[in-house]
Order: sequence, then C-alpha cells, then structure tokens
Amino acid sequence: MAEPQAGPPGTVTFTLDGRRVTGREGELVISAAERAGVYIPRFCYHPRLAPVGMCRMCLVEVVGPRGATLQPACIATVEEGGEIVTDSPKVKKAQDGILEFLLINHPLDCPVCDKGGECPLQDQTLAYGPGESRFVEEKRHFAKPIALSELVLLDRERCIQCGRCTRFAEEVAGEAQIDFAGRGERLEVAMFPTRPFTSYFSGNTVQICPVGALTATPYRFTARPWDLDQVESTCTTCAVGCRVAVQSSANRLTRLLGLDSEPVNHSWLCDKGRFAYEAVNGDEVRAGPAAADGRPVTLGSSHPRGAFAGEVIETASKVGRVTEPMVRAGDRHVRAGWSRALAEAARRLGEVRAAHGPEAIAVLGGGRLTNEGAYAWTKLAKAVLGTDSVDAQLGDGLPAELVLALPRATIDETCSAPVVVLIGGDVREELPVLFLRLRRAVLDGRTRIVEVSPRSTALTQYAAVSLRVRPGDVPAVARILAGQPGPLPSHPAGPACSPEQLAQARALVEAAGGEAGSSVVVAYGRSSLAEDPSFDAAAVSTLAVAWPGARFLPLLRRGNVHGALDMGMAPGILPGRTSLEGGRAWFVEHWGSVPRARGKAATEVLQSAAEGGPGSVRALVLVGCDPLQDFPDAALAARALAGAEVVVAVAGHPSPALDHADVVLPVAVAHERPGTTTNIEGRVTRLGQKLVPPGLAWPDWTIATALADELGYDLAIGSVTEIAEEIERVAPAYRGFSPGYLDQVSGHDGLVVPLGTADAPPVAPIDPMATPGIGQVEQQGAPPRAGLTETVERELLAALHPEPAGEGAPAPMRRPAVEPVALPPPDHYSLRLVSTRRLYDRSSAVVGSPSLEPLVPPARALANPSELARLGVQDGERVRVTSPRGQVVLEAGADAGVPKGVLVVEFNLAEPAGAPNAASALIDATVPVNDVRLETL
Amino acid sequence: MPLTDAPRIVTARLSYPDSYTIERFLETGGYQALRKALTMTPAEVAAEVDAASLLGRGGAGFPAGRKWSMLKPDPVTYLVVNGDESEPATFKDHLLIERDPNQILEGVIISAYALQVTQAFIYVRGEFALGLERMEQAVNDAYHHGALGRNIFSSGFSLDVVVHPGAGAYICGDETALLESLEGKRGFPRIKPPYYPAVIGLYGQPTVVNNVETMANIPWIVANGGKAFAALGGGRSCGTRMFALSGHVNRPGAYEVEMVKVTFRDLIYDPQLGAGVRGGRDLLAFIPGGASSPWFGPEHLDLPLGQDEVGQAGSMLGSGSVVVMDSTTCPVRAAWRITRFFARESCGQCTPCREGSGWLERILYRIENGGGREQDLDLLLDVCDNISPGVHWPPEQTTICPLGPSIPPSIASSLGRFRDDFLVHIKDGGCPHG
Repeated sequence: MAEPQAGPPGTVTFTLDGRRVTGREGELVISAAERAGVYIPRFCYHPRLAPVGMCRMCLVEVVGPRGATLQPACIATVEEGGEIVTDSPKVKKAQDGILEFLLINHPLDCPVCDKGGECPLQDQTLAYGPGESRFVEEKRHFAKPIALSELVLLDRERCIQCGRCTRFAEEVAGEAQIDFAGRGERLEVAMFPTRPFTSYFSGNTVQICPVGALTATPYRFTARPWDLDQVESTCTTCAVGCRVAVQSSANRLTRLLGLDSEPVNHSWLCDKGRFAYEAVNGDEVRAGPAAADGRPVTLGSSHPRGAFAGEVIETASKVGRVTEPMVRAGDRHVRAGWSRALAEAARRLGEVRAAHGPEAIAVLGGGRLTNEGAYAWTKLAKAVLGTDSVDAQLGDGLPAELVLALPRATIDETCSAPVVVLIGGDVREELPVLFLRLRRAVLDGRTRIVEVSPRSTALTQYAAVSLRVRPGDVPAVARILAGQPGPLPSHPAGPACSPEQLAQARALVEAAGGEAGSSVVVAYGRSSLAEDPSFDAAAVSTLAVAWPGARFLPLLRRGNVHGALDMGMAPGILPGRTSLEGGRAWFVEHWGSVPRARGKAATEVLQSAAEGGPGSVRALVLVGCDPLQDFPDAALAARALAGAEVVVAVAGHPSPALDHADVVLPVAVAHERPGTTTNIEGRVTRLGQKLVPPGLAWPDWTIATALADELGYDLAIGSVTEIAEEIERVAPAYRGFSPGYLDQVSGHDGLVVPLGTADAPPVAPIDPMATPGIGQVEQQGAPPRAGLTETVERELLAALHPEPAGEGAPAPMRRPAVEPVALPPPDHYSLRLVSTRRLYDRSSAVVGSPSLEPLVPPARALANPSELARLGVQDGERVRVTSPRGQVVLEAGADAGVPKGVLVVEFNLAEPAGAPNAASALIDATVPVNDVRLETL
Repeated sequence: MPLTDAPRIVTARLSYPDSYTIERFLETGGYQALRKALTMTPAEVAAEVDAASLLGRGGAGFPAGRKWSMLKPDPVTYLVVNGDESEPATFKDHLLIERDPNQILEGVIISAYALQVTQAFIYVRGEFALGLERMEQAVNDAYHHGALGRNIFSSGFSLDVVVHPGAGAYICGDETALLESLEGKRGFPRIKPPYYPAVIGLYGQPTVVNNVETMANIPWIVANGGKAFAALGGGRSCGTRMFALSGHVNRPGAYEVEMVKVTFRDLIYDPQLGAGVRGGRDLLAFIPGGASSPWFGPEHLDLPLGQDEVGQAGSMLGSGSVVVMDSTTCPVRAAWRITRFFARESCGQCTPCREGSGWLERILYRIENGGGREQDLDLLLDVCDNISPGVHWPPEQTTICPLGPSIPPSIASSLGRFRDDFLVHIKDGGCPHG
C-alpha cells in the first residue's frame, strides 16, 4: 500500500468508502463526506447549529485502533489517514434500524401533513429505510396540535425529538423559550408555562423542523408542496436583505423560506419578514369559521389558532390592496383608467410647475421601490420634473449625504471587527437578523460591542459596554469615545452613563488597536424619532473624523432605503453615491438636465407645504409612502397634506394619506415585480417576481416612465434590464455591476457595490435536509445551484473587477460637515421623549397580515421605575402624556432600561382608543428635542 | 466480616444505632485519616490511593487512582461525588449515605486534598430524603468541627462541599448527565468526545467524578495504607466490596465482603449472608451486577466476586447488586420488568434507546400477557441488535451514554436461557405462572 500523501496545510486526507478524499482539518465527517459527494442521511444535524448527535441517523463506521465502530458522522471529525465507511451492511442495518425506530411512534398522517412531499423523514425513509415496519403496537398519543405561540403550532406525535427547534431558540435566537420536557419516548418539546414562545424568530423553528411537528399558522393547510412555485428573492421587509425562497400557488403567496446566504442571513428570517407576505395577498382574510352574519371571525381566544376550520373565505370588498387608478371627484375617489389617471396627474403637476417652478413639487418615499423603480423615479423627479426635493426617508432617517459618503462596512466585516460601536435603537426590533449575526459574533468572541442607545436593547446583555444617552447626548458621548474628553450635557438627574463606563468604552476602542480606528466598525442608525437627526449624524461624523480608518454600517431600516439613496432619492444627491454638484456635468450629459439647486428633505418639504406662501411646496408626490404613518410628526404631515394643492399617491396598500390624494396610482409591491435591491452593506441582490400584480397595479418604474410620457418626456428606459444597464453606465457606485451577473450561479448572494470593496463568500448549495421545502419545491425562474465551486470562482473574479470608469465620471462624495442643532436645557418637570421602533408596529405590512396584526402591542409610556415613583405613578396605571403637539392617554410602564429623565413612547403603536400612532401625536419634528409632561388621570 | 478475616472497611460503624452522628463518628476514629492525610503531601495521599488499586465502585470499575491522575491541571477543578443510586435492586450507596455520611464526607475531603480541589459537590438521589438530611447534617457538622471550610484543621487547605439533591431521574447517575444536572440543566448525558470529565467536566472545568462507596473507602486506605487495602481481595479486585443482595433469598441485604475470596454461592447461601434461596427452592438464575448485566445460572455460583473473573464469564459485577430468582420466577416477566425500568428512564436523547426501549417493553408485555407471536422472539433480538449492534458482551455502544446498551442484556439472557418459557407463553396465550 502506498504511503499516504499529506494534502495542503489545513487539510487532511482520509479514506471514504475506499476512495482517498480530502477534508479540512477538524471538519465533521458528515460535511467532509458531503463535499466529497457522499451524502450521509441525517435529521438532527443542521449546518448552522452545534451538533448534538441525537438522532443517530448519520452513524458511519469509523475505523480506529480498536477496529471499526459505528459513530455519528455529525460528531466524528476527519483524521489524517483515517478511514470512514458509509456503505457497509452494518451501516445500512443501523440506518434501517434508526428509521424504523423513528417511525414506530410517528403518525402516518402524511396525506394531511404540511410537510408531506418535502419531508426529510419521508424522503430518507424512501432512500434509506426498511420497506415495512414491524411495529404492531399502539403509537404514542398526544393532544394535537398545541399552540406554542400565535404563529407556531406543535404536533408532538410527529416530533422526532431532534432538538433543532430547541437548539435554534437557545443558540441562535438566544431565547430558550422552548425546551424538552419529559423523558424517554414521552420526551416532548414544550414551552415554559409562564413564558410563551414570543421570539421574533420563531418561524425558523418551523423551517428547520425535519418533520411536520412544527407548523406555521399562516401556511398550515394552505398548499401542498408539489403545487408550489418558487423564485429566489430578497426580503425587503427591512434593509438587512435576507435571501428568501418565495413560494406561491395560484398567484397567491403561500410561504417564504430563508435561503442560506453566507454573507447575510445564514438561512434565518425574522417572523415579520417571513409572514408579512400576507399583506401582499391583501385581498382576503385567513381561513376561519364564519359568524352567524357571514363575516369571518377573527381567530382568537374563542377559536384555537391553526385548527382547520374550513375553506378560505374571500371577502367581498378588496380592502387589502389598491388595485385601480383613481382620481378625485369632489370629496371622493372614482375609478379611472390608467390613461385618465396619468393624464390627470401630469396635468396637475404640470400646472404647479408652470405656475410655481419645479421647486414647488416634492417627491416623498422610495424606500419600498426596487432599485430600478427608484432610479426611474429619481430620473423623473430630477431630470423631468426638475425638483431636487426628493426624499426616500420620511424624517426618520439620517442625512443621505453623510450615509453615502462614509466608507461602508459589510455585515461580515462588522461581525469580525474587534470593536463595534453601535449607535442607535434596538437592532433586534429594527433589523432582526442583523441582531442574530451580531449576537453570534459576540458569543464567538470575534467582536466586542460598545453600545450607545437611549434605552437598553436586546443587544445590551451582549455588549461589552452599554452607554445610555438622553436625547441630544450622543454627540458628546461620541467625542469622548473619539478621545476628546468633555462634559456630557447636564441634567438634573445626573448623566445617563457614568464616567467609568465612558472610560471603559474608550479603553476598549484603544485596546483594539489598529491605525486610525481601522479595527472599529461604527454601526449607526437613528436613536430616537423624537429628536433631531443631526444629533446622531454629528456623532457619527465626529467618529469619522477621529477614526479615518474606521468603516461604517448604516442601520437605516426601511426595505430598500439604501437602494433608493444609491439611486439618488434624497436632496443634494444623484444616482451612484454622487453629489448634485459633483455629478452635475456627468448627469446633464446623460440625462439632459438636473435640478438647479439642492432641494428640501422630507421635514422641510412637509413644513413648506404646511405653511404655504411664496416658494413653498405645492405638489406632493407620494411614492409608496404615507407621511401620516411614516413621518414622526403626524400633525405636521396632516397639515402638509391639507395644505398641498396637489397630492399624487403611488400606493400598494390603502392608507390614511390616500384620503388627501387627487390621483391614486396602484403599484405592484414586493414579490410582484422583478428588479434588484440594495441592503445596509450595499449588497445588490435579485428580487424575484412571483405574482402577477393584482388588478391594474403596475410596477413602480413603469409608472414613472408613463408619467414622464404624459409630461412629454421620454425616460428612454423600456424594461428592468434596460434600467439596470443604464444604472451600470451612469451611477458611479454601480460601475461594472452587470445585472446579468445575478443570474449566474455565483450571483445568488449578490455583490457589494462599489465592486472590489468586499469579498464575495462562496454560494452554498441547498441542503434539502437543512431547509426542507426549498430544494424540493420545483424551482422556477431561478438558476440551479449545482456544480458550484469552479464556475463560481471564475464568475466572481470576472464580476469583482470592472473596467475602470469612463472619462468625466464624478468623483466619490466627500463627507459633509455635520453640526448638531443646539440642545435646549432640560427642566425639572418635564421628561424628554424618546421614540424607538418595534418590529411589530402599525405599518401596513404588519397590520395587513392577519397573523401578525394581533402581535402589535399598544403604545405605552415607559419610564425608569424611580421616575414613576417620583411622579407617584404606578406601573400599569393609565396616564396622560402631554407635549406641545398634543396629548395621549397610555398605560405607564416601569422599565429599568430607560434612563431617568426620559419617557419612551414607541413609534407607530396605537394609543388605546385614540391616536393610531401615539408617538407621532406627541412629536414635533421641527424642534431639537421633545419634552413631555406625565400626569395621572 | 464473615467468611474471611478481612476487616470491615466501609461498614465498620453500621452496627451502632447512632452510626450517622458526628459524635459516634468522632468516637470511632472519624477524621483521624483526614488529619493524617493533611500531614502528607497531596501527591503522597494520591499515591496511597493508587497503591490501593481501588476500583471505582459505581459500576464501570475504573481504577480510582488512574482517574485522579487524569485530572487536567487547571486553576479551577472540581470533585463531584455520585450518590444518585437509582437502579432497581441497587441499594448499597443508600445504606452508606444514610448510616455513615461522615465517613463518605471524610473520604471527599481527603480526596479533595489529594486532588487540590477546593470545591466539591455531593449529588444525592432526590428520593433519599433521610440520606440527604443526614448528609447535609454531616456537612454542617464538618464545618462546625473545622473539617470543612477555610483552613481545615489549620493545614492551610480549604474546601467547600455542597450537597445537591437529584430530581428523580435515573439517567443522572451517568456522570455527564449528573454534571449537566448539577449545572442546572436537563439531565442529558453529554456527547463524547470529550470522553472524560477529568478534561472537561463541571462548568467546562476538569472534574473528578467518584462514587459514594469509592469515597467511603478512602479514609481506611489513608489510615491503613494503600498496601494493606491491596493485600485484600485478589487480582485486580482489591479490598472489600458492598453487595446489595435481593430477590428470592432468605436474608436480603447489603453486605460487605472481601472481593475474589468470596463466591456468588457464598453470598447467596452463607447463613450470615443470603442464607439460601427462599423456601429452599432451586435457583433459576441470578443477576450478578445490576439490571444491565447479563444473567448467570446455577453453573456460575462458584465464580469468585471479582471484576475480571465475572467479566471473563460474560457478565459484570457492575453496581454490585445481585438479584436471585428462584424456580417460581417467570423469566419473561423479569425481563419485561427490567426493560420497563429502562424504557421509563431513557432520557430520550438518542433514537435507539428512546424508541427501542419502549418498543421492547411493549413486545415483552404482549408476550407475558397473551399477545405473543413466534416472530416476536426474533424481533426482540433484532430490535436489541439495532440498539446495540451484535448484542454481545461487552456491548457495542452506538448511543451517547451506556443506558442504550444496558437494555438488551436482560432480554438476551432471558431469551437465551429460557426460550422455551417464551414459547410456552406464546402457545398458551399468556404467563403460565399466573
């Protein structure tokens, strides 16, 4: 026998079923074998979870000093010169035995089981199991199913006790709300009696369940896998950009499953992203019993959720979506065809422009568009209408010029940076899957977090230092972190964070080393919607000046807001991360014209429209946004909509602002149109179209080109592909980004723009046992992932190195100087208002999804327990909160994570029996900070 | 001590009605071994234990001295004492815990000194209400007496001991499940590797896990020297050992006898020990070492009580529990009863044990109660084979812990020795014994 030859460093060579193969040092046999083309059956093993060796399905013979022994391939590691046998009679007998064991107590209710047809137990029984069972006794019985939560149901009879769900909850989500109870064959997954399964990530347990034990109420009994079509896409419920498989049946979305994207979501999704597709279907209510009057009954206390209750009931009125163009006739809307509605819109906008100049028109929204739609709308606004008052952010973000100018960090870079300075709100509420990544990075010891936030967050317990700040404090804290000692703004209750904490944070940054802050990533978002954005912006700016080597990850959260900003949907910028001035010549050459001067941002637009007068904004074009819901200051938004002469709304869902619209244009929403999207790190990925848009709704870009036509201009773009090609040609940051690349094998996970700034990790093949339901459902519209490696590397190399930019291309943006507005001193009587985000709020995606809507909490007035005690308010008592803007009556809540002197009212949650958005009823968006009074009733 | 002139090592005090009190303990030489040990170096103490060739008394029979030497050096190490004795017919630790807790504790303190461990845990089966009370009293008394806490007997050595009650799971007698349970988690045995708690144990730190009876031997070994201990018994099985004798004997009970010098026949028939089979009946079979050991028949009566001797004969001394079955015993029912125990106590982690144990129990129940089929006999053995491939002795373990492979031996023994009884059950539609 020949001497074994050692492979390259870091690899080991071993014998697998008589073949010599190479694995990575320390690699598990199960994965090394899989890469070598030998698939070892498994149930409990999941590549994203720590192995536990519970199911024993992957037993293989490992030849050791004491001969061959059966060992689980998910525990055994490959050894140099080792020998693994996966196909011996002994292994086959063990596999037969395990499958027979798993089936003795497993009900054979496959015909009515959601998993039937995509079930790892079914599939592996077929492939590896014995033909018949010798079990003649009575099977184990449990009541079925039981609700673990509003979203997840558990059928314990089907459970094969693999522990994937319990391990996910503990390891990945960090919320051990479900665990095993009982023992032996009575071992069952259970939740704690006093703690429901409220995790935002509960749907992942359903996705990774290898049998039909866990089912999700929105999908349960709605389809059979072989009736589903599928495209790959990206979730745009928030801006993380999780890759998803979107599945539908008969032009209705039925399910979203997380695809394993190494640079982004590691196969996980949050429940909002997973289940908010219901709002896209929009035109019907859930399956459920009908009341005596024929109306559908809300599934709730009277009726166990998920119990099969008959046919899907379609409501007569299609309240869920805007499906037809409408124009105003007096005080109501009448249906109009596209041509009439477009003509009306063009006429009204044209009149305003003719009478008051292009600056009198403003375009708000864009964060829910595709990149191509955003580009078309920017071109319409800036080249055709001629206004620069375009803003994809609704006063809830940060200055676009700052965000686009900062050197960007990827999610991977953030999760491997020695120190991450996190400025902003609660990542788990705003960008949930990023929370999973950051938490894992901390637990693996890869990174340490310095958190700067107005209240404690889900990440606080994982942060090395967590600094509390009151509204307006952030710039001073940033200066201290940057090594410029100075006082914090004074407050009667003393500073919200101690000098020791500040020193500790500063020491962490210093200890991380790296020249000029190069070991630091600053992840930054909007701390509170009740304070001026210049505070957060100035803080970030201070850090950018102090640490020229640092990189920045923007945590702006709305769907495709990063794509919209990249496409120029903000005042003072043009597509491709170019400033209006820097790109003027280039875009005049390509577009013919650009706005004369920098326009207004959303807050200024609404102020101007509300106040009226010479030079004010008179026409508002709302592109997939509703200022009454999205803008922090509902009163200002209402006055603006009332004050505007013309309101044109491009809308997918009905919302209050439509009442003010003169023209309503129905638009296709997520999963109804193709295109691309850009996530927080600048990663561009393919959006798949799965549905035909409802009614007469059009894709976003089509509306822009048609409106331009009506205005007498040709945007010169006739398809999504043409727009993508134009973006590649004219938008500097997208230079070389060929949209065709996304359709290649290596393009599934997208690429970070500008190209060449970030590595592209390999694309993983789909493991049908890790994410059952993706591989099995027939793939339509998506390229195969087979035969990856070599092709991928070649394609990637080609994709990552574009040809240099052409003559006269604009220079990259320079970081603007940002100064915070002056902070008024606090008084002893008031509390300073903070408004942070919740995952489940009254946004149309949540409220439009019957499964998620019940999860939206009411708004509460949260304060430090000592603050409530000082005011003589009991936890849970109803209180009146008054600001100069308005007043709301809420339940008071004691929250030790809120600093003294601060009152938290979370954004876009309803005042019980009152304002639909309690926080925005209090916020004045035109003042630096909002002070409120709290009184007992 | 009956039969041989070996001294009583662990049961010397048990004849006193107040054997469990600190007063009686101190009157009868209590803590003298500890005082002696504290004058020695830790290494010298460990050397005595090593010289004693003391085999672990928990069931696996691993040499205690070797186990100690495997403890990975680390600033934080632990000693954990396994008192979770939960198997049917096993009750020797129970007796020692209830009747002489101070002796166990002295062994713990000496061992901790030898290992230079400053925190020890005594995990006691939760059902031992009286034993827990007495063990806790012993710990309190030791603190009061200066034998625990800071600077024990002014030696500079400090040790804290925590008594931890189990919560009713047999599986927590497995050392890694016990560690999980101590950590406040579900009592699931840990996956191997790491193979030894001595490398990664409690809270991830190197940990020695020893049995209660093992600890009880330590004071005598230190007081009298390892050589004196090693001089008792024979072969690798040195010293004396506790045997829990139960079943159809005239004098069931826990007896301390010298290893190897005494045979199963002595244990069962000696008037001072088992005093013969109930009612003078014939011996049908006996279980030599706990519920998981293969059964022996009358032909094995003259085997000496030695670990290797019994091992070579195809079974094990295991936990030292000997169950005698007389000629009126239904072997099907006996196997069913044992299998039912394992089915109820399987932790549920590994599929073969979780599902297989319940299946086997149902088949045996069916045969015993009139629903047996001839093919069930092959089915029983094949299901056993799927839990522990080959169904041979010692068993092949393909599960995380040894509970899985513990299930087949009683079935294989019963079926192997008494196949005709099974066939009668099947043919007559139930148990002929009624």
